[in-house]
Amino acid sequence: MSRDVWTVVALGMIAVLTALTVMFLSWGIGNHSVGFGFWVGSVLTLGIFSYLYKDNPFYKFAEHVFVGVSAAYWIAIAYWTQIDRNLWGRLLPEQFPQGGHEFNGFYIIPLILGIFMLCRLIPSIGWISRWSLAFIVGLYAGLRMYGFLQSNIMEQARDTLRPIIVPGSLVDSINNFLLVVGVLSALLYFFFSKEHKGVFGVVSRVGIFFLMISFGASFGFAVMGRISLLIGRFDYLIQAGTPSAGRASVVVAVIMILVLLIQAFKDKGSAEEA
Amino acid sequence: MKRKRFGPSRLSAAFLLLVPYLAFAQDAGPDGGEAPAAYDPPPAAVTHLTARDAPDDAGKHIILEFERSADDAAGAADVVSYEVFRIDPAGIETSLGVLPVSNKDTLRLITFDDQMPGLVNGTEYSYKVVTRDASGSSDSKLDGTVRTSGQWFALGRFNMLFSVLMISFFILYFIKKAQRGEEIYLRPVAGLKAFDEAVGRATEMGKPVLYVPGIMDLDQVETVAGVIILGYVSKMTARYETELEVPVSRSLVMSNAREVCRSSYLSEGRPELYKDDMVHYLTDDQFAYAAGVDGIMLRKKPAACFYQGKFYAESLILAETGNSIGAIQIAGTASPSQLPFFITACDYTLIGEEFFAASAYLSKDPKLIGSLKGQDWAKGVVMIIIGVGAVVETLHVLGVLPFSLQPLLVAG
Repeated sequence: MSRDVWTVVALGMIAVLTALTVMFLSWGIGNHSVGFGFWVGSVLTLGIFSYLYKDNPFYKFAEHVFVGVSAAYWIAIAYWTQIDRNLWGRLLPEQFPQGGHEFNGFYIIPLILGIFMLCRLIPSIGWISRWSLAFIVGLYAGLRMYGFLQSNIMEQARDTLRPIIVPGSLVDSINNFLLVVGVLSALLYFFFSKEHKGVFGVVSRVGIFFLMISFGASFGFAVMGRISLLIGRFDYLIQAGTPSAGRASVVVAVIMILVLLIQAFKDKGSAEEA
Repeated sequence: MKRKRFGPSRLSAAFLLLVPYLAFAQDAGPDGGEAPAAYDPPPAAVTHLTARDAPDDAGKHIILEFERSADDAAGAADVVSYEVFRIDPAGIETSLGVLPVSNKDTLRLITFDDQMPGLVNGTEYSYKVVTRDASGSSDSKLDGTVRTSGQWFALGRFNMLFSVLMISFFILYFIKKAQRGEEIYLRPVAGLKAFDEAVGRATEMGKPVLYVPGIMDLDQVETVAGVIILGYVSKMTARYETELEVPVSRSLVMSNAREVCRSSYLSEGRPELYKDDMVHYLTDDQFAYAAGVDGIMLRKKPAACFYQGKFYAESLILAETGNSIGAIQIAGTASPSQLPFFITACDYTLIGEEFFAASAYLSKDPKLIGSLKGQDWAKGVVMIIIGVGAVVETLHVLGVLPFSLQPLLVAG
């Protein structure tokens, strides 16, 4: 079959799945909708996990559903929270009362900038969209500068002003000493306009050691977090494998493994023929 | 026989005898009936109620302070709540809120910020705090009135103004120097040298270059820096006629990245090679975007992958997939929590400020190089402040110096 036919078949499958989901959820048949949810969850979770083997139709299906559904979801969210409630809700509060806002004429500016962005659809006046982009980039650069200066420079510097000798506490003294030395040497590493040679080079090397140690600690911490996420997913699959959930994850896993095995044998056979 | 008359004097005597009996009967407790409710005096009112205009702001903000009732966490310890009222010049009282009481707080002073609607700059207001217990209440009213006003300058942020002026001076001074043609030394950064190598490798292999400008919008400085670097990379792909793939997760980034790529291809004299589709939107969702980019990597097998921008938990997913397909990978981000993953999985990583400096290195633009030198000087001043400050703090703790430098760095 041609690629177009496959596309139509895949779209049909997605449409049927969506219709079934909506149907079950709208009927509100508690156990049935939960059971159906386990089946969908198992297909998508195991489909994404199958990527660990290699790129395959299950992964492609899960990936495209994930990307497509999330893109549509975010578009809907953006419309209902921003355009409907935040923009029209302030420009035409009587017609769009859901946001609970009062009239605010300043919102005409984002409306105009938004229309400018849509000018990209007409190539001859597409350049107007650059004004909106320039406005956004310039505005945020200015706004962020103050915030960064306060949080990343002033606050950090203030917190580093620590006594190197703390009477009665050797641990605090060592801690503060390491903190001050670490910050100063790491800052020195980020000097770009001076060659890192001699004492300068040695101190900046100490700085990179401090950075790497902190990265290592951060890596270990984040890996622990990821493992807890993995445990959460496995917990879901185990729950979906119980008799009350129709052993959804077990059935889906077996089907996927069988299909992938058949595909692997077929690929091997065709490779040998070639 | 004459019957004795039951006159008023005898009636009074009988009543007097009856009263103690009735009192005794009601005091008898569970067996003898219901005991009378003990008298509960109203709670002591709050004390030292003061109100003042919040300093260094645009007005419409009054700060109230008062000390807890003597029956809150002490005395009868039965205060239930405090209710704060604003009284306008016409005498109309508006409730501003009820503060629940746990009767356990040891901090005696309570601060309440009145920023509620209806507060008008320049109008005289009075305030009242009502202290309630289960059966009664007592008021405490502010002596006199208070009014709120806006200020043009936040004097508590003078240190921020000084910092902005100092950094701006350094940057402008060195930009001028760079524009006059004075040579400014820039130390080599390993990751930047690899940009040419990576695109060259992709060209030799006939495979595409993948560029990921992070997952955040243009309000993030890292995203802006990532798009600037994309300009340099797209110039190289235009020059070498290499396929470029830029999946993005924000519509504004898509528009901006298209503009940047279009002008790069134009400046290299290859406008016909530019296609809008080379920069395409996937989704705003973080992990769906990661799944989509992974799919592109697995199917198109790019020879070079660039991750330049703001990243979160998807960083390792992307970098590991790029590693698995054997691509040369160059990452750059200022997200401290994601740097470890890029350092682990990528061939080169631009760490923090190296990433922001990359645009200056790559473009050789005097403005950017001058600003880099200016930032170095600003960093030098910060280092001096930290070094001197640590010594001053040590002497302060040891009792040699009576002052500390920390208050100078607090932005009000």
